[in-house]
Amino acid sequence: MSDPDSKAAPPATGSVIEARALTKTYGDANVVDAINFDIFRGEVFGLLGPNGAGKTTTILMMLGLTEISSGTVSVLGFNPARQPLQVKRRVGYLPDSVGFYDHLTAAENLAYTAKLMGLRPAERASRIKASLARVRLSEVADKRVGTFSRGMRQRLGLAEIIVKQAEVAILDEPTSGLDPQATLEFLGLIEELKKEGVTVLLSSHALDQVQRICDRVALFQAGHIVLMGPVTDLARQVLGAGFVVEVEADGAGLARRLATIPGVTNVEALAADRFRMTADRDVRPDAAYAVVGANGSLRKLSVDEPSLEAIYSRYFQNQTDNGGKRDAA
Amino acid sequence: MRREGSPFQGVGTVMVKELADNLSSARMLVLELLIVLTALAALYGAINNLKQTTAEDPFLLLRLFTVARAPLPSFVAILGFLIPLMAIGLGFDAVNGEHNRRTLSRVLAQPIYRDALLVGKFLAGLATLAISLTALWLMVIGLGLIFLGVPPGTEEIARSLAFLVIAIFYAGVWLSLAMLLSIVFRSPATAALVALGIWLLLTILWPMLAPAIAQAIAPPDPRYALLGLDSPDTAIWTLTLSRLSPNHLFGEAMLAVLSPSTRALGPVFIDQLRGALMGAPLPLSQSLLICWPQTVSLIAGTIVLFVAGYVVFQRQEVRA
Repeated sequence: MSDPDSKAAPPATGSVIEARALTKTYGDANVVDAINFDIFRGEVFGLLGPNGAGKTTTILMMLGLTEISSGTVSVLGFNPARQPLQVKRRVGYLPDSVGFYDHLTAAENLAYTAKLMGLRPAERASRIKASLARVRLSEVADKRVGTFSRGMRQRLGLAEIIVKQAEVAILDEPTSGLDPQATLEFLGLIEELKKEGVTVLLSSHALDQVQRICDRVALFQAGHIVLMGPVTDLARQVLGAGFVVEVEADGAGLARRLATIPGVTNVEALAADRFRMTADRDVRPDAAYAVVGANGSLRKLSVDEPSLEAIYSRYFQNQTDNGGKRDAA
Repeated sequence: MRREGSPFQGVGTVMVKELADNLSSARMLVLELLIVLTALAALYGAINNLKQTTAEDPFLLLRLFTVARAPLPSFVAILGFLIPLMAIGLGFDAVNGEHNRRTLSRVLAQPIYRDALLVGKFLAGLATLAISLTALWLMVIGLGLIFLGVPPGTEEIARSLAFLVIAIFYAGVWLSLAMLLSIVFRSPATAALVALGIWLLLTILWPMLAPAIAQAIAPPDPRYALLGLDSPDTAIWTLTLSRLSPNHLFGEAMLAVLSPSTRALGPVFIDQLRGALMGAPLPLSQSLLICWPQTVSLIAGTIVLFVAGYVVFQRQEVRA
């Protein structure tokens, strides 16, 4: 088979995926409504949001697997609507609850897709062997996939992306339905991919996992991206501050002292000797100093990392409080 | 908007994989056994008949295909009935099976177009049918050699080859239909039931319905009825309606190819046969001319149904 890579991608500008006013319409409904985003080389980007918010549709448009109603998206400099083969040659995709041919073995399944990728036989065999080892499925390489657990299937799907040596890996709900052990293992594999410089785009509901591995996230709601950026930035935007520090101590006028620490935006007295401070940085040393300064005894000093879950629930809570004015958009 | 790259990239890969799946599947084994066993029974009847009667028949091999001995129909009639079943068995879950196994989006995320998947699957199905039919054809010739002991002539081989080609396209019509249904219906069971329903309608019910409908459209003329003849209009309508069924087209084409004395496939007036030596065999080229419209119809049916499936598949959403 001849190599049709006649047109090379334009020089990397840092962003591998660019969406501009990307829209998908089914009937009258805009499932994805004029979204804009850039994904940069080597980052792990998370797509979050409730079911039906348009995450999977966005992914399918990037791969040229569904038509774009209006707007543009470019993946590695290619237009997936016109040059889907170029895009799909460089992008690996692990669909939501991936399926394999159950009557074939793991290696045979990979061999089939590797052939579709156009790899030569020798290359194919070595890449498949290496990728199965990477995802720790070497010992079941010759077992039928029908006997595999869900976690093993997900890892096999990742092995396929590794065989492809994809520059961008798109993972749709990769950890849904996995047990905690399998989830941890899978997240580890994603981190390995990131270390190799692969750009990873993943969609998920599992907020704590997304927070652990994603450099940036985009929060989808009803076809819009309502929030986008690193988790700490979002926390500042939605929760008002990045850090919540809890102090359990006594001492005269402690609340006032804590409030004067630079960077603290709010001090809330939970009990006579318990205070919750919101701050834009980690103010634990200052809080300890303040307690000691007030001659108090410090019993507990803890910091809540800004959690995506808090951001998420607070955001949607605000939405309903505001009377859902975004629905009109 | 033009797409870049060849739509046929990956066709070969898909075809080889699907062919391997088809040939090794239990489903195919059962269908093949069914066909081989019924065909053997029909051939056994035909051979016994031929041994007793016509030792001087110039087209002994062709008689093997067409001679029937009660209660079994002829080999060709059995094929006309069972080829659709085999094609439906191969095609009814071609696309919706991939959907349900959730392999479709993963395969389509590889650098191939949807065309490759559909064309590859269709060609693999057609190749499977062609292999099975060729094996059957060889079986008939082999049994003829063993039991009748008369080597077939060139024309007999040519005519039986024509049979093979027409049979493959007849199978193609049903394969296209089954694949179309597998694209339209998300559930393989629904697709299979609808396909089998159409099969029963066209092979069993339609031959009975067509005359009834024809009589409703063109009521028989009492003057012809008095003479005990069919009215020409009614007869023509019956034939036209019957020819909507690929089964009928296949039967007509087989008649022309395998019975060299066949001169016409529709009603003819007596004066059109003036000067004809009734019962004298036609040359091969003339027989082929007679069955040409039927053959073209079968090829066209295959293509039209495949294109319909192609169009639906291209517009279908990939996500489950």
